[in-house]
Amino acid sequence: MTSRISNAFAKARAEERGVLGVFVTAGDPDADTSARILDALVDANVDMVELGMPFSDPMADGPAIQAASLRALKNGMTLAGTLEIAAAFRKRHPDTPLILMGYYNPIYIYGVDRFLDAAVAAGVDGLIVVDLPPEEDDELCIPAREAGLDFIRLVTPTSDATRLPAVVGSASGFVYYVAITGITGTASAAGDSISAAYERISAATDLPVVTGFGIRTPQQAHDAASRSDGAVIGSAVVEIIANTLAADGSGTPETVSKIAAFVGDLADGVAGKAG
Amino acid sequence: MTDVNLNSLRNQPDERGRFGMHGGRFVAETLMPLILKVEAAYKSATTDADFQRELEYYQTHYVGRPSPLYFAERMTAHFGGAKLYLKRDELNHTGAHKINNVLGQALLAKRMGKTKIIAETGAGQHGVATATACALFDMECEVFMGEEDVHRQKPNVDRMRLLGAKVHPVTSGTGTLKDAMNEALRYWVANAETHFYIIGTVAGPHPYPQMVRDFQSVIGKEAKSQMIAAEGRLPDAIVACIGGGSNAMGLFHPFLDDETVDIYGVEAAGKGIPSGLHAASLTGGTPGVLHGNRTYLLQDDDGQIIDAHSISAGLDYPGIGPEHAWLHDMKRVNYVSATDEEALEAFQLCSRLEGIIPALEPSHALAFVSTMIGDMDKDDIVILNMCGRGDKDLGAVLPKLEERGLL
Repeated sequence: MTSRISNAFAKARAEERGVLGVFVTAGDPDADTSARILDALVDANVDMVELGMPFSDPMADGPAIQAASLRALKNGMTLAGTLEIAAAFRKRHPDTPLILMGYYNPIYIYGVDRFLDAAVAAGVDGLIVVDLPPEEDDELCIPAREAGLDFIRLVTPTSDATRLPAVVGSASGFVYYVAITGITGTASAAGDSISAAYERISAATDLPVVTGFGIRTPQQAHDAASRSDGAVIGSAVVEIIANTLAADGSGTPETVSKIAAFVGDLADGVAGKAG
Repeated sequence: MTDVNLNSLRNQPDERGRFGMHGGRFVAETLMPLILKVEAAYKSATTDADFQRELEYYQTHYVGRPSPLYFAERMTAHFGGAKLYLKRDELNHTGAHKINNVLGQALLAKRMGKTKIIAETGAGQHGVATATACALFDMECEVFMGEEDVHRQKPNVDRMRLLGAKVHPVTSGTGTLKDAMNEALRYWVANAETHFYIIGTVAGPHPYPQMVRDFQSVIGKEAKSQMIAAEGRLPDAIVACIGGGSNAMGLFHPFLDDETVDIYGVEAAGKGIPSGLHAASLTGGTPGVLHGNRTYLLQDDDGQIIDAHSISAGLDYPGIGPEHAWLHDMKRVNYVSATDEEALEAFQLCSRLEGIIPALEPSHALAFVSTMIGDMDKDDIVILNMCGRGDKDLGAVLPKLEERGLL
């Protein structure tokens, strides 16, 4: 069965390159600017959009994405607001895969069934929920897959051979390889370690494997995407938002234009056209 | 009798780390293999006589256990009701119950071949206990402490530094205990292979709530046998304060199946529950998922965590251990609360009447006791867990007492 996600991987494969995924937090710095940033990502040929659901206590994130979450919450973003941003995105962009990424508590409080209904209605393709390991699959993973959403699993350098089959066993869509033992936006992984991990994970699953955490430049994106099936960039994009805000904390025209330019460079990098 | 009592309240959690719907293992994949290793190591340690013997050795000769069960005669006369006994864990080395758990986990870390330790701390008592154990066992120690707490608990920061620990002030979020725990978990994720995380309370992912409870249960086991030696029977009520809930779980657990014993957990009501400025997760919170477990949390209707407020840094946490959440749902334990003001009054009362300067944390438990013990029968008996001493709190308490003309 094809999906927006599988189509994106098929298209990239036909063009002999990996996919480019970009993460931004919903409502960062505010709902309107956030929607314009998402449009800029699509215009810059991003293959997949990962939309962060803001949470007050993002345990697996570094300072850049923590700050993004707090900016969004301060400006009134909620899970309901995130789902509205997702639904509006889907109306404007029928083909670009949209993945919601975040932590379990806001979903749990919203209500799992109610959340899944709203996510499906909004045209969301998949979920990444950082604090739900396979041991807690009955909480969200199984109901999400029954609702027709992909549940994308994080594999880390600490996922050893005994654990890997369980981790990828209930995954769908693709597998997200966390290239470092650490939080987002900190260290960067060595290329060789990505290749070795790709080999290890591909032996355990037929799903595509994308690499994320610590990828900051077009060159690193090219390297990670060519050593696996794609690259995801988050903190480096979110930092552009932090650096282009107006004095009152709202977004500026520069926020969108600078992200568009940077993501364009990333797309060129992944396509092997980096200058 | 060796039969397993299926109706016992003392055989939780299940194999998934659940206490009813609470508990579990809600952590990032990077941490899962580590948590499974800690669980396996803990399981094997519990049945290893050498491990138990070594722990007992340090409890006796280093901590000073058993702590006395002291009949507080003057407070009993003052309240004019049931007899009040204090379980004096404030006499432990380092001045609180925290060391009971820290020694257990440090020995477990040693057994796993880890020599680098991470800890979070609020009031600083767990940080001091961890820094102490690390000095004792020649381990590196990194303590994460909210920036606000670094200021209000300066004597403990100095003690940790003196003991050789590195204290990381945490500025992310709101700079209190929950942020210190976030930062400790982030640090652990980045140093997963080399470091052991000594969690200070009965919360976090399985097996921590169970493991910390087991190490703290020495409090309740001693209190039970000491009470039988002193009075020839079980107490009618036992009382302890609750932030995350480790001293309370340690006192309560051995008594859970004793139906004649009423159990009270006292949360911090800060400026009062209606004000919204409190740390009473059970009284004023709802179930949610944070820091690796499902439990009652202070949160808004979008699932965002709300800051706790309490005069006591050790109770200033927006969650509570999952076993308490379960005991609350089961209605086995009565969870009540005491305000900042009530705790201050109890702090001074205990100092004046017993010559014991209590920490602000057990002052909350004493404040609750003062509301109910006078109405109890003179033959009734209450045990209060005096889980820490108040030296660390003088900086926070004295100005407030002077402000009110009480000193």
